[in-house]
Parts: sequence; C-alpha cells; structure tokens
Amino acid sequence: MTNIAELQSISSQMRRDVLRMVHAVKSGHPGGSIGCADFFAALYFEVMKHRVSFDMNAAEEDVFFLSNGHISPIFYSALARSGYFEVSELCTFRKLNSRLQGHPATAEHLPGIRMASGSLGQGISVAAGAALAKKLNGDKHIVYALMGDGEIQEGQNWEAFMFAAHQKIDNLIVTIDFNGQQIDGSTEKVMGIGADIEDKMKAFGWTVLHMDGHNFESILATMADAKNLCGQGKPIFIMMKTEMGYPVDFMMGSHKWHGVSPNDAELANALSQLPETLGDY
Amino acid sequence: MVVLALQCLFCEAIKTISSQQLYKMKTFAIQNTKDTRSGFGEGLHELGKKNERVVALCADLIGSLKMDAFIKDYPNRFFQMGIAEANMISVAAGLTIGGHIPFTGTFANFSTGRVYDQIRQSVAYSNKNVKICASHAGLTLGEDGATHQILEDIGLMKMLPNMVVINPCDFNQTKAATIAIAGYEGPVYLRFGRPAVPNFTPVDQHFEIGKAIMLNEGADVSIFATGHLVWKAIEAGHILAEKGINAEIINIHTIKPLDAAAILASIAKTGCAVTAEEHQMNGGLGDSICQLLATNNPTPLEMVAVNDSFGESGTPDQLMEKYGLTATAIVEKAMKVIARKK
Repeated sequence: MTNIAELQSISSQMRRDVLRMVHAVKSGHPGGSIGCADFFAALYFEVMKHRVSFDMNAAEEDVFFLSNGHISPIFYSALARSGYFEVSELCTFRKLNSRLQGHPATAEHLPGIRMASGSLGQGISVAAGAALAKKLNGDKHIVYALMGDGEIQEGQNWEAFMFAAHQKIDNLIVTIDFNGQQIDGSTEKVMGIGADIEDKMKAFGWTVLHMDGHNFESILATMADAKNLCGQGKPIFIMMKTEMGYPVDFMMGSHKWHGVSPNDAELANALSQLPETLGDY
Repeated sequence: MVVLALQCLFCEAIKTISSQQLYKMKTFAIQNTKDTRSGFGEGLHELGKKNERVVALCADLIGSLKMDAFIKDYPNRFFQMGIAEANMISVAAGLTIGGHIPFTGTFANFSTGRVYDQIRQSVAYSNKNVKICASHAGLTLGEDGATHQILEDIGLMKMLPNMVVINPCDFNQTKAATIAIAGYEGPVYLRFGRPAVPNFTPVDQHFEIGKAIMLNEGADVSIFATGHLVWKAIEAGHILAEKGINAEIINIHTIKPLDAAAILASIAKTGCAVTAEEHQMNGGLGDSICQLLATNNPTPLEMVAVNDSFGESGTPDQLMEKYGLTATAIVEKAMKVIARKK
C-alpha cells in the first residue's frame, strides 16, 4: 500500500513532468492534465491491479482507458513513472518519430496504451466493450475510464451510458473530471451540461459516487467504495471535482490553460510551486 | 416480386446469345438465386461453431442482416446494440481487448458514413480486429431510397490505412468471405447486399483475401467487376462473345488490398479495361484500378458506376437500369474502350 505522502510526492513529480513536456514543445494541454494528476497517481500507484509488462489483451488485470485523450501528458507521465517505459522517453512528447503522440495512439506501440483517443466521446464505449470482454472471459478484474466534463456533450457517451446499464456491465468504473472548463470557456457557458448530471446518470441506471480529485483520502475511499459496488448489476460513475491547473496559482480559475503551453518564466514560476520529488526526467 | 423481376433481368442477356458466337465464353451454372446477406448469415453461424472468439453485434437489424441463426445457437456471444451505431463500433473495438473477434452488423450506410470517426480512430488507427459487416449496400437496397443507398462506402473505407475492403459477388462467396475474415487479424470492411442474385460460385469455396478470381480468359478487353456487377459482367461477356469480342472477366472481390499483379497481367494481354461496380465512380473499384494503371501501365479504361449522383426509390432492377449498372452498359463501355485502344 502506497501511503498518502508517497502519492502526493508522485503526483507533484507528475505535474512537473507535464509542464516540462508541454513547455518543451510549446504545445499540449497542461491545465486538465495537472488537474488530474492526483487521480492518475492514485490509479496507477494504488487503485489498479495492473502489470507493467504490457499485454494488449489485459488478461487478469485491471485496465484503464483515457477518453479525453488531450490530457495525454499526465497519462504518459503516469505510465512512465509506474514503469511501463523509461521516464527519459517523456522528453520525446509530441516530437517527430515519438511513441508519445499528441494524443494517445497504439500505432507506435507505447506500452500502456490500448486505444487511440482524442476525438472525444468514444472512450466510454470502448471501456464498456473491454469490460464486456472481461465478463465473457470470466476475468473478474475491473475496467476504469476517465472522461472530461465538456466531453459529455458528445452524444455517443449517452449511447454508451444506455448500453452499459442495459447490459449490466458492473465491472466498469467511469470517472468524469468535473473541472467545469473547456476550450471556449466554462462548461455551463458553452453548453450547459447541468448541475443534475447525477440525476441524469442515475436515470440512465448507473450508480453515482462523488469524490474530491485533489484529496487522496477522498480518492482512495471513493475508489474503494466503487470497487465494492462492482458486481451488483450496475456500472459506476464517479463525479470527480477538480480545478483545472491545480495547484499552480496562476493556472487555476479559468479555462485559459486548457491548451496553451507556459513560457519560460511561467514554467519557472509553476515549477517553484511543485516540489521535485523523484527527479525530473 | 423483386426476386422474380431480378431473375427475369438476369436471364435476358443469356437468352440473346446466338449459336453463331465466335468465342466460347465460359458458362456458369446458376445454382439458385439468393441474397448475399444470407451468405453472411450462414457464414457467421458457421463461425459461431468454429471459432469461440467470434462475437456478433447488431444495431437493431437482426432480420435484415440474417443473424438469427447465430443468435439462436450462440446467444451469449451476441449483443443487441439498439439504434446506436457509433457506440456499436467503439464497443466492438473494446471487445478486441480481451481477444474477441467482433462482427458488427447494420446497413452499409450506417456501417460507414454514420460512424466514420469511430472507425477511423478506434478501429483503423488503433488497428483493432473488428469486422464491419455491411448489408444493403448500393442501389439494390431499392425502395427505401437514397438515404439508405450508400454508394460511397468503398471509397470511405479504402481510404483508411489498415482497412481491408471486400465486396463478394454471390451467396456462396459472401459465406466464404465471412468465414475467411475471422482468420485475418485486423480491421475488415465486408460489403454485401439485399436482393436475391444468381449464386454461381462454388459451394464451400476457399476465399483468399486480396486474390482476384479469373472467370473467363480473354484477349480483347479486361472486365474487372465487383459485387453484384460480377454476374452482369458474365452476362456482358456472353453478349460480347456473340459480337466476336473475347472478354477477359475478373472478379475483384477484394478492393483493398488490390490484386495488382492479376490486373496488370490481364492488361498486358488485352490493352484496355472496363470496371464495373455498384458504387460511385469516385472512390470505388474503378478509381483504384485507374490509379494502378496510371502509375504502372497507362491504359484506356471505361467505368460502369454511378456518376456523382445519389440514388432514389425504385425496385432494384429499375434502379440498376436507370443508373446504368447493367450488362448492356458493360458491353457498350467494352466496345467504346476497345475502339479507344485502336
């Protein structure tokens, strides 16, 4: 069991990785990435039972799908820091001939990536399919997925929500990153997804949980609850409250840092707020 | 009624063959008339027994796709997806992670245009072992009209890297192709149709992906046909033989990967080509062969295909006649292209 201090240390380093990766190529999506750093640290270092010796079919292990593929920097950092590939490879992010494409891809055979994502709205369907595959195989492990809150505007999600409930896919835990921001502004301004997402999901037949995405006690406790609710006939939906850009002071409070890279001074400022714990790549 | 009308249309050309033909065109016995979608249904059912990794998904068109037998015998390996095709394609991609071989079933229109991005990202780009099985392709869907008559699907699918595109010609070949694609690791688009058409290829044939089939060796013109147009090409071959023209007829059941060697070898003999398909000129088989010939052996070529138009309501044979996808049209194009090479 990884203790919370260790998880905090890991997530701080992962946030540093993200900002340095995005800064190096002057492109990428830092805000949502560092906002989800604690979730990824908990998932890859505590919650999931997974093997870093990569098996595409994920037999007899938990598996994770990132639907909002634009937060690839934090996904790559989590995979590297947990041992799927060398941390030094993070410096190739978004560069020519890299396995670390702008959005996750399988074509370059990066260990840990099982499906391309980036075109939004597809990941929950994919995760539901993979969860169904586990059921067919008699594999008791769990399929996890993360999606963005703006992403829920894509209609395919609702097809997937209907399907997973109808098929009683109860080995599926979907987390939505509720940071309230998307490219053009706040989610409420762009396309009101509503304060009643919980009611909508319950009406669709899902079990709904809440957690604070910047509090490891909350993340671990909620994830433990979610695991315990598996096998009871319903897919599980976790509403995770986060702040885009957390905890870098100038990156929080708006959508500005969704898809822009920090300049040299901004990077230095941000890194000064994030302790280097495991050594920069 | 549709079946009877079609039979009548298909037999018409054969009746016109006179005893004076100069070239002996190979004849093909019609075993029966059957829809190619039923070939898919039988193939899928057989796969259910042969390969436990095969699973099937359908978007509320079980009867149309002839999936009933598979569902009856393998209910735990079938998933009703409802009218939600985008979800179906992505779920199929997810099912491959775990080693399953998903066969998705819906009309060709909803198998391609409606779900292009899902196929592009989660199937083709991610190189997943999904078999996209598409019925009611082309004009011969008939009375439902242009909303359902996709004529762009071959083009859409062949443009995707990693995607194999197959359009078999009759019941037996569709069954064989269905069984064969389960043994191929990677994305496949399998296209078939609604109406009953002559079933003339061998029962229980071995289907080799990407291998063109020589139907009649000839010297004057190469006719490359796919899908429902293969039988019409045979009819055309008989008419041409009567006119003293020795047509080579090749069934291109796999549009991608294209059997370049077979096509170039035929062109080396005949020096001109006609392509025939139930699809738009843009993006179809003819388009692929034009590209091959232009870059390897520039050759006069004529196309029998729909010319930048949507379809409309009508019986299948009325539509094929109106849009020029007939044996007569193939004959006319053959005469024209032979004149061009001289």
